[in-house]
Amino acid sequence: MNGLSVRLQQVAAQIPEHSSVLDVGCSDGRLLAWLRDNKSVDGRGIELDAVRVAAAVTRGLSVVQGDATRDLAAFPDQSVDFAVLSETLQAMEAPARVLQELVRIGRLAVVAFPNFGHWRVRMNLLFAGRMPVTPSLPTSWHETENIHLCTIDDFRALAAELGLRIEREAYLAGETPIGAWPNLLADHGLFVLSR
Amino acid sequence: MPSSVTHQQLRLDADLPLDSGLVLPRPVIAYETLGALDEAKSNAILICHALTGDQYVASTHPMTGKPGWWKRMVGPGKPIDPERHFIICSNVVGGCMGSEGPASPHPEDGRPWGLRFPVITIADMVRAQAALLDGLGIGALLAVVGGSMGGMQALQWAASFPDRICSVVAIASAARHSAQNIAFHEVGRQAIMADPRWQGGAYAAGCGPVNGLAVARMAAHITYLSEEGLTAKFGRQLQGRTDKSFGFDADFQVESYLRHQGMSFVDRFDANSYLYITRAMDYFDLADPFAGLLAPVFANCKARFCIVSFDSDWLYPTVESKRIVQALVAAGRHASFVELSSPFGHDAFLLDPPGLTGVIDGFLKAVEQRG
Repeated sequence: MNGLSVRLQQVAAQIPEHSSVLDVGCSDGRLLAWLRDNKSVDGRGIELDAVRVAAAVTRGLSVVQGDATRDLAAFPDQSVDFAVLSETLQAMEAPARVLQELVRIGRLAVVAFPNFGHWRVRMNLLFAGRMPVTPSLPTSWHETENIHLCTIDDFRALAAELGLRIEREAYLAGETPIGAWPNLLADHGLFVLSR
Repeated sequence: MPSSVTHQQLRLDADLPLDSGLVLPRPVIAYETLGALDEAKSNAILICHALTGDQYVASTHPMTGKPGWWKRMVGPGKPIDPERHFIICSNVVGGCMGSEGPASPHPEDGRPWGLRFPVITIADMVRAQAALLDGLGIGALLAVVGGSMGGMQALQWAASFPDRICSVVAIASAARHSAQNIAFHEVGRQAIMADPRWQGGAYAAGCGPVNGLAVARMAAHITYLSEEGLTAKFGRQLQGRTDKSFGFDADFQVESYLRHQGMSFVDRFDANSYLYITRAMDYFDLADPFAGLLAPVFANCKARFCIVSFDSDWLYPTVESKRIVQALVAAGRHASFVELSSPFGHDAFLLDPPGLTGVIDGFLKAVEQRG
């Protein structure tokens, strides 16, 4: 999986060949391009930043500039196999609404996000008394786009509240997949959801 | 207008039915081509021109001697490349650069059609283009591409001939004319019709309402620019003088510029054509047959779409492009959309704003590779 970060590789691993994908917050389209070239995926994307959209379209991808909070409404129900939200949930204005949109548009939703419950984050707050700056959350509090950070247990609780079913889950500590104690040990979580 | 110029033309071998219910008897369509059609006839790209454009998209204009109007997009090594593509651009029906229009001779008496010419629509223009392609032996188009009114035609292709196109590129365009768009056009038309030389449209060749047409062009030209662009280019600078004249000469550079734009325009454009083509744009509303809903327009079109708007374009603002994109998304189509940044207003599509050629190049190559 050359060219993809370990986190995006973990997302890509959830998606079978020849499926259809909507990548919400697709950046410059690197995941969609990889899925197209390696898994013959029929991909679409939505991205807020015009420069990133232009880069994605220049790659030949069907990406529209738009805001996930407002512009997902136009996508028809159950119109793709997978709706992907990777590294974007924590930057959403209304994460719960976006999650509901994902499972409305996709038969399955793949949501991947940094875990604010990771021990390094907890240590930062506990001992330094400062907002955490860690390898998976490298930006300081006043510069970060992340306005709705959550822990893995927070996410599970929200999924339950919204009546979403967790089909699969996967965790990373750095670049290493892990299984046990994810809310403490994983700095990154991935959930496959359905409604 | 000099009549000595000859254009490449084709007289359609059938009458052209019009949206108005009238019929244009075997109209002549003027066109230019670049490149060569490949054996599979799969590399044809139709370029649709804007209101005052013409078929000289990348070849030297026979009247003005100027280079083609879209050399930044069309040419060797450009996104639309005669080495890869067979490029067709035709003058719209109703135009004045060799296609049948109000200045053409009426088939019965040989005098100019004038206002006897039937009112045409964007869909009529597209029907004429399709008939031209029939005449040239071209079935399907790899892409239909246009900016402004050209983008309207490109979108109309998706509605009128969904099975004949693989992709649509609509830049700085809209799926309908807004009240503001119509209002500006009406100002231009009234300027033409208020010129005594207009004579109810029955002026003789070379004796047209040039003053009215120049004013129409001046007013329209402002709408193609942005306040930021005008300020950057002219500010309040005076033209060829150090102080105000306390009169009504073109004291300011921006006045002088607009007067020049107006006067050079009348050398190459027919006033009645201006009336007809602006009317066609005003009548344009793709959603009209579907009670105002745009998504059903694209229900039967499998083409890929590339929609581009510019942040300083207030004539066809981003919100109109987004409306098209939402309809395409709702119809399940493959769509790309980006709002590019440019200080040049609506005219940005004719210039080279950062990102535009890359976006169009990437889009067209993806269509070529994946169909």
